[in-house]
Amino acid sequence: MDFDLSEEQRMLKESVDRLLEDRYSFEQRKTYTKAPDGWSRELWQQYADLGLLSVPFDSKYGGFGGGPVETMILMEAFGAALVLEPYFATVTLFGGCVRIAGTEAQKDALLPKIGEGKLLGAFAHSERNSRYDLADVQTTAKKDGSDWVLDGEKTVVIHGDCADKLIVSGRISGGQRDKDGIGLFLVDAKAPGVTRKGYPTQDSLRAADITLKGVKVAAGDMLGESGKAFPIIERVAQSAIQALSAEAVGGMQEMLDITVEYLKTRHQFGVPIGSFQALQHRAVDMLVATEQARSMAMFAAMMVDEKDDAERAKAINAVKVHIGKSGRYVGQQSIQLHGGIGMTLEYKVGHYFIRSTMIEILFGDTDHHLAALARAGGLIAPGTTA
Amino acid sequence: MDLRYTPAETAFREEVREFFRTSLPADIRRKQELGQRLAKQDIVTWQRILNKKGWAAPMWPVEYGGTGWDAVRYFIFREELHLAYAPDPLGFNVNLVGPVICAFGTREQKEFFLPKLLNLDIWFCQGFSEPGSGSDLASLKTRAVREGDHYVVNGQKLWTSNGHNADWMFALVRTDPNAKKQRGITYLLIDMRTPGLKLRPIVTLDGDPHTNESFFDDVRVPVTNRIGEENKGWDYAKFLLGNERAGVARVGTCKRRVLAARALAATVMVDGKPLSENARFREKLALIEVELQALEITNMMVVDKMKKQVGYQQDPRASVLKIKGSELQQATLEILLEAAGPSAIPRQLDFLLAQTDDVIGPDWAATAAPNYFFSRAISIFGGSNEIQHNIVSKAVLGL
Ligand SMILES: Cc1cc2nc3c(=O)[nH]c(=O)nc-3n(C[C@H](O)[C@H](O)[C@H](O)COP(=O)(O)OP(=O)(O)OC[C@H]3O[C@@H](n4cnc5c(N)ncnc54)[C@H](O)[C@@H]3O)c2cc1C
Repeated sequence: MDFDLSEEQRMLKESVDRLLEDRYSFEQRKTYTKAPDGWSRELWQQYADLGLLSVPFDSKYGGFGGGPVETMILMEAFGAALVLEPYFATVTLFGGCVRIAGTEAQKDALLPKIGEGKLLGAFAHSERNSRYDLADVQTTAKKDGSDWVLDGEKTVVIHGDCADKLIVSGRISGGQRDKDGIGLFLVDAKAPGVTRKGYPTQDSLRAADITLKGVKVAAGDMLGESGKAFPIIERVAQSAIQALSAEAVGGMQEMLDITVEYLKTRHQFGVPIGSFQALQHRAVDMLVATEQARSMAMFAAMMVDEKDDAERAKAINAVKVHIGKSGRYVGQQSIQLHGGIGMTLEYKVGHYFIRSTMIEILFGDTDHHLAALARAGGLIAPGTTA
Repeated sequence: MDLRYTPAETAFREEVREFFRTSLPADIRRKQELGQRLAKQDIVTWQRILNKKGWAAPMWPVEYGGTGWDAVRYFIFREELHLAYAPDPLGFNVNLVGPVICAFGTREQKEFFLPKLLNLDIWFCQGFSEPGSGSDLASLKTRAVREGDHYVVNGQKLWTSNGHNADWMFALVRTDPNAKKQRGITYLLIDMRTPGLKLRPIVTLDGDPHTNESFFDDVRVPVTNRIGEENKGWDYAKFLLGNERAGVARVGTCKRRVLAARALAATVMVDGKPLSENARFREKLALIEVELQALEITNMMVVDKMKKQVGYQQDPRASVLKIKGSELQQATLEILLEAAGPSAIPRQLDFLLAQTDDVIGPDWAATAAPNYFFSRAISIFGGSNEIQHNIVSKAVLGL
């Protein structure tokens, strides 16, 4: 057992922390939200130059060769800075699909470009009715000679507005919610038949609803085997939750720090409000929740590559439950302890609260994962007692 | 003891319900159902309808336009108002400054303001809080210096909600900096058009520029716009804060949200079944109903006491209403957000502000997140829940 970071991991953490310290003050962030894409292209290139965009990719593809711990380091830093750039969409989701399911040719063609900052991707999977059911796919994928034709609508595709390429899930066979019969397809975002409606999200990121009308896909642009994409989607969602859990912890720590600082400096009744025991205890409960969430983010990093499908799935369920609950508590209390100032978008803490609310929704909310975990029989194996 | 309503009260409920059902303009009701923000004109329109009926300010003394209802009838009125998706009469006018003018205003002030407050010809905002004075309101610093028949006001107010819609502000200002902090405060009515008074909008977490910062730079206020005596403003304000707390529980609003959540959840599919049939969701909703039932009875108990006691003293149970009421209002918006799920992710400010009909996803889900975000303020304003805990621990528990 060893909780320390390796030398390389420490350097990664230092370089991302330094960059964000320099370039991601709350004021600077505000200017990035006003750019045409709602984030900074220039910073994106800097991430690329520092090697951040290839962190989870194998060195064969020009990658850093990092694993879940490296992802945790990055995402925690991004969460603390409320980073707007499409790292999660491009590297975690799109890159994740390619990394997990791509052929050598696909990896060669895509991963180096992502790492160089020259390719933006998005994962066009969710639909209006799918909610948190990863198998719920109505978009159809029909065979046309050796090619495929996609028809349907994808909703709330994170950073789907700026993506160069999309990975689209389509139903090849079976019913709306069958796990069998789903395919994943690489689609050029500007391909004929693709229309995108981009919009901002609550947390100042961007997303798009994407309509696919008779979109042609070459046989070589399928990811994984025909009709067997569900396990890939599940793995990508699990990596996504691992990444989000670290991001959430970065945000929670900031909310805690900002709130504690405020308790020390805000005066009412002639004393710092931090001298009121009711608020002291609340701040301690925020710390407890944050620390427990941090433990779960580490658990996620440990379990996301676990070979046993059932164990991995349960672990990730547990992580999402905790992150959802603790993020909600820390978020709500950070607003409450600030009083009015917590309620305005002019002040930083509310932005963390909003982002943590969105993280709770993404890839399954607390109730969804709690139900899944309970159905699977819980975490502690029956044979655990002596 | 009999907790049931009398036949007369039940008949009264029917009458009120019928009126709301037939009088609330459909477009206003629609906005309320969708969780959209009302425009100033919506609130004005509705209050004028109520005023025409004589119901704009039921609890004012009858001579100034009140109804003479007892507390039970007023309680029924409010519950039906909320169940009908009808907006409240403007609280600043009707619950806050109006009663103060009724009780402490001069004859001229009463004649000038009260009819206009009822008909919303004048819209008031509240200038109490300051950057350094929130929970500790009595520490406020905005200074007013007497110069002949005017006060000259300098300083800053914060969280002046709806100030941009307002014609007048009721404000607390410091007139005697040397007195004990509660003693040197004066209550002024300030015309928003007075030179030197400027607003800066503040956007709240829902994205709406709901509130403001107000700056006073040599703002001249006629002494005739003072309420009561100089340096006695705190007493009038305390009277008013008591009023603010009496109407906080909003059981009717919570009830209609529970019903809405259940109905809307029937349109959301989870694992191939409607969310409304999902055991965990149903149980969470049912638990809110249990708590609401308890709150409703507590509320009625307070109301019954108000009815029977002449010169009713503020009951510490009002703090129970505020604490539990705010938590339940927040819980109902929280569960609506859970029902909306991913459909709540797009930020649709124009739709929230009812400036467009275009919507991404189900219309009701488009407002779920901003309404949840804003609901966090309910446990902050009007005396935060921590302050309510302090009140109860001192006044009830003697700690
Ligand atoms: C959306 C919104 C609209 C508003 N509209 C208006 C308006 O129209 N007009 C107006 O005048 N004001 C308005 N307010 C201001 C509101 O009344 C204040 O926010 C409230 O009084 C709290 O003050 P504060 O924000 O300065 O917080 P603070 O008083 O600084 O409180 C910060 C935290 O400390 C806690 N705290 C403070 N004192 C104690 C104590 N003794 N013991 C334990 N905990 C304590 C509080 O509970 C809170 O958690 C509005 C506020 C909001 C959020």
